[in-house]
Amino acid sequence: MSQPRDRLRAAFRTALGLAGDAAVDDLAYRAVPQWDSVAHMQLVATIEAEFDIMLDTDDVIAMSSFAVACTIVGKHGVAI
Amino acid sequence: MSDDLDLAARIDAVIEAPLYAQPQADKAARLIPVLDALTRHHRAACPAYKRLTDVLGPGDRRADALAAVPWLPVGLWKSHRLVSVPDDQVTTTLTSSGTTGQVPSRIYLDRDTARRQARGLARIMTHVLGPKRIPMLVIDHAAVLSDRTSFSARGAGVLGMMTFGAQPKFALDAELRLDRAVVDEFLARHGGAPFLLFGFTYMVWAYFYEQVKAAGLDLRHGTLIHSGGWKKLVERQVDNATFKAGLAAATGLAHVHNFYGMVEQVGSVFLEGDDGLLYPPAFADVIIRDPLTLAPVPTGTPGVIQCLSALPTSYPGHSILTEDLGVIERVDGGPGDRHGNALRILGRLPRAELRGCSDTHAAEVMR
Repeated sequence: MSQPRDRLRAAFRTALGLAGDAAVDDLAYRAVPQWDSVAHMQLVATIEAEFDIMLDTDDVIAMSSFAVACTIVGKHGVAI
Repeated sequence: MSDDLDLAARIDAVIEAPLYAQPQADKAARLIPVLDALTRHHRAACPAYKRLTDVLGPGDRRADALAAVPWLPVGLWKSHRLVSVPDDQVTTTLTSSGTTGQVPSRIYLDRDTARRQARGLARIMTHVLGPKRIPMLVIDHAAVLSDRTSFSARGAGVLGMMTFGAQPKFALDAELRLDRAVVDEFLARHGGAPFLLFGFTYMVWAYFYEQVKAAGLDLRHGTLIHSGGWKKLVERQVDNATFKAGLAAATGLAHVHNFYGMVEQVGSVFLEGDDGLLYPPAFADVIIRDPLTLAPVPTGTPGVIQCLSALPTSYPGHSILTEDLGVIERVDGGPGDRHGNALRILGRLPRAELRGCSDTHAAEVMR
């Protein structure tokens, strides 16, 4: 569980209210009912707390999938 | 489909254009073909809109000026379902009851339109807040976000602004009393550096200002963004100058920006500049029309506000005649390199005046 990618997966499951074994790698914003605009802000807060980073406004808007989230977290110096 | 892709790319180009620095003539030249393409997109995609523009507007004739883009009265979103995408592509429905009746407006968003609204709002807000998110104190209670499937305008506004604020806290409790514990902790932690305050104009004055006045809070490092209209405050004889002076005297709050926007055009709000006037961004504009003839009026003449926005493709709301009165005080040459139309809001139109023949026509062709 200490791998950054697993921690990001866990953050998605927590913030979106998904089961502990739910597949998240292919998730996209608004493509599933759980990832709506409210959950998106919860997701941002959860990721920021998990990795102790602060996303920029452009990151918050651009974070439209799990894959993009990996890129954004990586941009903040996390080896993911 | 290639037409739709082309339109999407052209909309994105105006969203990214210089936000306020374009002289009005340049801005209009950029915006007119995009708005004209939106008219044709919605005529092809929304049968009700096509019938309306056949009767009210220019049909297939191309717009060669902003004032030639056909408009719909804002009230139509209360009475009719106006949508330009198939049902299964609608991801969010925004609702607003407005101030004149119980029937809500219904605005249908797909992913593209919602994304553009978020990007447009970000362009506007980062212009005054910077690209970094700063700690945010919401002047409201947490329950405004409780119904996730169908937001009130207030909930949608708070949520939209949360993009720009980090670690949001709510300053009011469930009874709309100042939550001193939350506010004191927020200010102890973040009050010494830039932070964001956001709330609806009336809430800020009636529930925040009135209580912080006595509490002696220091909000010197805050930037307040507020919206929602002045109707209730005008009844208390509070105008924008009184509002700003009151907050500055009581809390030291110096950076205050009102904005004018509506649920029918989320994302293309008109933000207040340093001169107290409201500026449409690069991807939106404003026209003032005579309340009786509905012809455009010259700069400096009050009339009904028409709002243009390049953002919506999922509903035909790129050109809307509001029920608000305003005046364009100046074109180009505003402080802080703000050009284009500088708007002052004068209040609501008395209800009866818009019920002219155009509304009757609208009702007939929509059947």
